[in-house]
Amino acid sequence: MVPPPRLLQAGDSAVVVEFGDAIDVRVNARVRVLQRALAAGACRGIVESVPTYRSLIVHYDPMVLPREALEALITETAGRLPEGSPESFRTIEIPVMYGGEAGPDLADVAAIAGMDEGAVVDLHAGGEYLVFMLGFMPGFPYLGGLPAAIATPRLATPRTHVPAGSVGIAGAQTGIYPMDSPGGWRLIGRTPVRLFDARESPPALFEAGDRVRFVPVGRAAYDAVAREVAAHRYHPDVRVQRSGP
Amino acid sequence: MTAIDVIDGGLLTTVQDLGRVGYQRYGVPVSGAMDTWALRAANRLAGNDEGAAAIEITMAGPVLRLDGPGLIALTGGDLGARLDGRPVPPWQSVEVRTGGELTFSGVRDGMRAYLAVAGGLDVPLVLGSRSTLLNAGLGGFMGRALAAGDRVPVGACTDRPLVAGWRVPRDLIPTYGHDHTLRVVMGPQDDAFTDEGVGDFLSGTYTLAPQSNRVGCRLTGPPIAHRRSADIVSDGTVCGAVQVSGDGMPIVLMADCGTTGGYAKIATVAGVDRSRLAQAAPGDRVRFERVGVDEAQALLRAARAHLDRIALERPWRPPEAGVFEEDTGAPLAAPAYVGLAQALSVPRGPSAVHTNLVCAAMPGLIVSVEVAPGDAVAVGHPLVVLEAMKMQSPVRAPRGGRVGRVLVTEGMQVAGGAPLVELEDAASRRG
Repeated sequence: MVPPPRLLQAGDSAVVVEFGDAIDVRVNARVRVLQRALAAGACRGIVESVPTYRSLIVHYDPMVLPREALEALITETAGRLPEGSPESFRTIEIPVMYGGEAGPDLADVAAIAGMDEGAVVDLHAGGEYLVFMLGFMPGFPYLGGLPAAIATPRLATPRTHVPAGSVGIAGAQTGIYPMDSPGGWRLIGRTPVRLFDARESPPALFEAGDRVRFVPVGRAAYDAVAREVAAHRYHPDVRVQRSGP
Repeated sequence: MTAIDVIDGGLLTTVQDLGRVGYQRYGVPVSGAMDTWALRAANRLAGNDEGAAAIEITMAGPVLRLDGPGLIALTGGDLGARLDGRPVPPWQSVEVRTGGELTFSGVRDGMRAYLAVAGGLDVPLVLGSRSTLLNAGLGGFMGRALAAGDRVPVGACTDRPLVAGWRVPRDLIPTYGHDHTLRVVMGPQDDAFTDEGVGDFLSGTYTLAPQSNRVGCRLTGPPIAHRRSADIVSDGTVCGAVQVSGDGMPIVLMADCGTTGGYAKIATVAGVDRSRLAQAAPGDRVRFERVGVDEAQALLRAARAHLDRIALERPWRPPEAGVFEEDTGAPLAAPAYVGLAQALSVPRGPSAVHTNLVCAAMPGLIVSVEVAPGDAVAVGHPLVVLEAMKMQSPVRAPRGGRVGRVLVTEGMQVAGGAPLVELEDAASRRG
């Protein structure tokens, strides 16, 4: 039996439904199951809901939906949720050119981990990562599942410019920058795939709950994908799978 | 009115509506007007839907040319708005007969003004909103603040009649001053703070720091003690959340804040008082007062109901009267003041020589100079190309005329506000 979530007030127009206070795959799955259930209910007055590592924040219009009614709906919905993960998830393959100019910190990551660059790439590209949530900037995925052996602290001095598509490591996290920005993550590679495009629907490539695999590619394959992306013809490899029991 | 031409962008002038909802789970901030109540009021006065796109003006206002007749309304902070030199009465709809130049003499009260025009601003919808999200370069007018040479299109008016002189009832017009008490709902992570920390937060007086912006209002004052650490496992945020970083200083998240955050949030500013905080200037004093959720929601309901009183108020002056007492906005309707009005207005005869300095809206690199002294240019003609924030954009002639001195050369780095090109009336060289 799963304990009921805690309801926390986030002002007069949002409620936080908290399932735990740690980064945990099962807690995160419960957040997404509740989000899907609430979305399926299409309750008038719920403006939107945002899944995070361990809680779902529900933005609502108190002029339309009284707080008591919302809280009752959340409690009731959470109470009848199936245990486990949502019934299906997507796995998305992301081509990455590792090292060199595309990944200027790969050598440092390898040195800190005490292995050669090829071993870092094998470990990074060998894993499957869970998108716990999106945040920080439009389209940015918080990915869990980085092998501990290549966890590396952030740069002491952040770069003023990190190009869009850069794949980085910060502590036990790995991520991809959706747009040019300053940043302190150690950059090990770059993908030509566009993670955020406001003209697309949905605008972000990822959503919470997706699995991500990195596929090492050389310059020629990178350039070919980049051309497809530029022509708005690129579709990443996405597989939809059903969750196990 | 078909467009607003930007002659000078001012400090930070952006297109905003009520924000971009429905995309926070993709990491897209809500954005939108900082003072949503003032935006709603401005749109109501202008005969628009409450959520129409308007112009948010910050402290040092822009110079805007309205290109034809129409109806405008200015609400929010009093930044000393003038139309062709005459004070524009705030918090009411104002008829613009033949277009004109809107200028701002400086802050008199508050921080942000809202300019709504009948028909709204017709910039493209991006993810369902016309708001500008500056740090992602998304929405609004090309994803950025307005700058000299921009031409912002105005939408077609609805079939609602345009009525000048509609106003917000006097008792509802806020005065802001420099001391702000913000009501807060405690949580979601008030349990991450010591009892003393909560006490200090609720009894302390904080000062708004100059680093405040559309993302957050930074405050300095008595540090707020965490029980253990300032860090939490990141969770969702709302506009108005008071997060406390490791140094114990509170930051109130505002319109452009990220959708998730990793600092404990002690409380959330009530929706009605977020509008008030949006009008606080650096150096202003801020205190927090605890209220329950139900009370905060009742306040929100009352504030929305107040907007309905705008529609019920009768126009309080005939549209023909055009002169107002500057301090109170009261009409000076007596015929004796007609002479005064003429004296106040800027002479606009054909003999007036008018020189404009076209300035850089932001710091950047001059990539190329497109004109030479003496060139005749039409409105919109590119004068120089400026590279700023990785984008090359032309700085265009805000009006037709003849190029006077060119004050920059290719490769020159210029500061924000630096004069680039002198633009004279075409006629001024004849004599």
